Amino acid sequence: MPSQRVIENLNLGLHTLFERHETVSLLGEDVLDPYGGAFKASKGLSTKYPDRVISTPLSEGGFVGVAAGMALCGEKPIVEIMFGDFITLAFDQIVNFAAKSVSMYGTELSLNLVVRCPIGGNRSYGPTHSQSLQKHFLGVPNLDLFEISQFHDNAVVLEKLVGLGRPSILFEDKVLYTQRMYDVGIIDEIFGFEKCGDDNDFVRVFSRDFDKPHCLLITTGGLVPRCLSAMRELFVEHEIECEMMVPSRVYPLDLRSLEPAVAVMEHIFVVEEGTPGGSWGSEVSHNISRNFWDQLEHPITIIQARDSIIPSARHLEEKVLVQSGRIVNEIKSRVRHA
Amino acid sequence: MVDTSLSKLTDADLLLLLTIRRLEEELLSLFSQGRLNGTTHTCLGQEYIPVALQHLMTADDFLFTAHRGHGHYVAQFGDVTGLLAEIMGREGGVCNGVGGSQHLYRDRRYLSTGIQGESLPVAAGVAHHFKRKNSTAIVVAVIGDGTWGEGAVYEALNMTAVWCLPLIVLVENNGISQTTPTRLQMAGDIKRRAAAFDIDYVVESSKDVNAIRARLAPHFEKTRECRTPLIVEIITDRLGPHSKGDDSRDPRELERIRAQDWYALYQQAYSDQCDRLNVEAKSRIAAALETVEAANPAIWGTA
Repeated sequence: MPSQRVIENLNLGLHTLFERHETVSLLGEDVLDPYGGAFKASKGLSTKYPDRVISTPLSEGGFVGVAAGMALCGEKPIVEIMFGDFITLAFDQIVNFAAKSVSMYGTELSLNLVVRCPIGGNRSYGPTHSQSLQKHFLGVPNLDLFEISQFHDNAVVLEKLVGLGRPSILFEDKVLYTQRMYDVGIIDEIFGFEKCGDDNDFVRVFSRDFDKPHCLLITTGGLVPRCLSAMRELFVEHEIECEMMVPSRVYPLDLRSLEPAVAVMEHIFVVEEGTPGGSWGSEVSHNISRNFWDQLEHPITIIQARDSIIPSARHLEEKVLVQSGRIVNEIKSRVRHA
Repeated sequence: MVDTSLSKLTDADLLLLLTIRRLEEELLSLFSQGRLNGTTHTCLGQEYIPVALQHLMTADDFLFTAHRGHGHYVAQFGDVTGLLAEIMGREGGVCNGVGGSQHLYRDRRYLSTGIQGESLPVAAGVAHHFKRKNSTAIVVAVIGDGTWGEGAVYEALNMTAVWCLPLIVLVENNGISQTTPTRLQMAGDIKRRAAAFDIDYVVESSKDVNAIRARLAPHFEKTRECRTPLIVEIITDRLGPHSKGDDSRDPRELERIRAQDWYALYQQAYSDQCDRLNVEAKSRIAAALETVEAANPAIWGTA
């Protein structure tokens, strides 16, 4: 039997959370059945739990604030932003209210608020329905950022998020929704994976056939299919052996869990879909350089989108966003020049 | 013509009014002497609103205020020392000196924050919680006339009306937003905005605490029992500056405001009671200041 698709796993994760915690609820636009949300993540929830699924007006700032108020009363609301681009409309409530309130009243105030945020391009949705805006939420005290992947079971991730005691954003790259989960440690005939790091937060993708892998890719869930395809091509066609580390919690990043891989690799690449400038890639790269400077053989390379808005037409969008071909070329040129 | 006659207050109400007045004056004085840092927004001239409101709420209700909230905090908790310590960054402060003048939280029922309009959606969320729990508690969110420029207000009012939440938005309309007169920043009026959302509306222009309470009580009761929202607009006067010394209003306008200040009117009508309790209010503030100034700097976990 084929494994679940990511959207099914997410939907099941939400159902599991609703069953386990009476205080969990979902707020968002068009989340009621039979529609069940723009990407069907909330399908079935409103039928089973009519009082706990709240269909909201088009008011991202407003309903994230409502959810924050519910969280203030001890509830565990989960908010769905229909397209992650719209999260800018809720920036004030997330940054200036929810995250700040955890500590600005002098003693720790528990605020379990989860903001689900579908992101990412390569679907021709155009400039305002395709972005990956994680970088705007980096470094906000009391705000944790997570990202879905084909490795991390969403029931486990969501269970963690609703108990953090502080707000969090779960970024969901839309291209993953139709992909299948990897559940038994095997990806294909070359690559396998294992959980590692504190709380099994990281997934390490590697091959038992490699003699001495010399490139490390650090990336988030949405880039995994493109990175994997690049890693295959680099091995099969160019004999370049790569490993990959994929965190569930992308900020703050658990650097200690990266250390074993960083220590043995010759080249390090951070791959992200966001634009250059104050990005997750530069944050990760800076932290690795600062903490593991003595172990680095070469400068870290960030592979990211062009400094551009995301065009609608598929062939134009492809050029702006990171594709596996670009990952292959960047890695090849670094390895050859070394 | 506004009715400026005031009925006699109980000693407790008058003492609370005078305590807030003297505290706010003391804060401005401390600033001018360089003994306070940062900024503060006093409710001078508007003290009767928190005093009237306090009797309309129970300990189960939740109150949201914003930057001009000292009076509401003192009216709800009677805690002058905790507030003064908070503003002065000393031990014993309500929020360990972290929040300061405009970011207070206490007892799961009082919260103030410094971003205009931000509290309304949050207040709607708390009201939603109360409604779902079938509790009789209500939420009151105090905002100013200037706050009505923020989009968050309308998103919150819309959801509050659509979901029929027990939320009362209490507007302290003092006719000026920092330095901008309301007529330069608000088209139409609050009454018709309330009507557009089909939310009950009541306006109050008296400064008589007894009269305000008597007139508002049935409206508050309706929100409590029928779980329906309400907008209360209180036409008031800001006697002091926006924050410290930033009052750019015409001296004639300030003269008019001073002439109809509740304190001036009440003092004329009931001078014996007023003078007697003024002494007590002043000594309360003096004692609080002494305690706070003797306290150590506030300690916070992560700093």
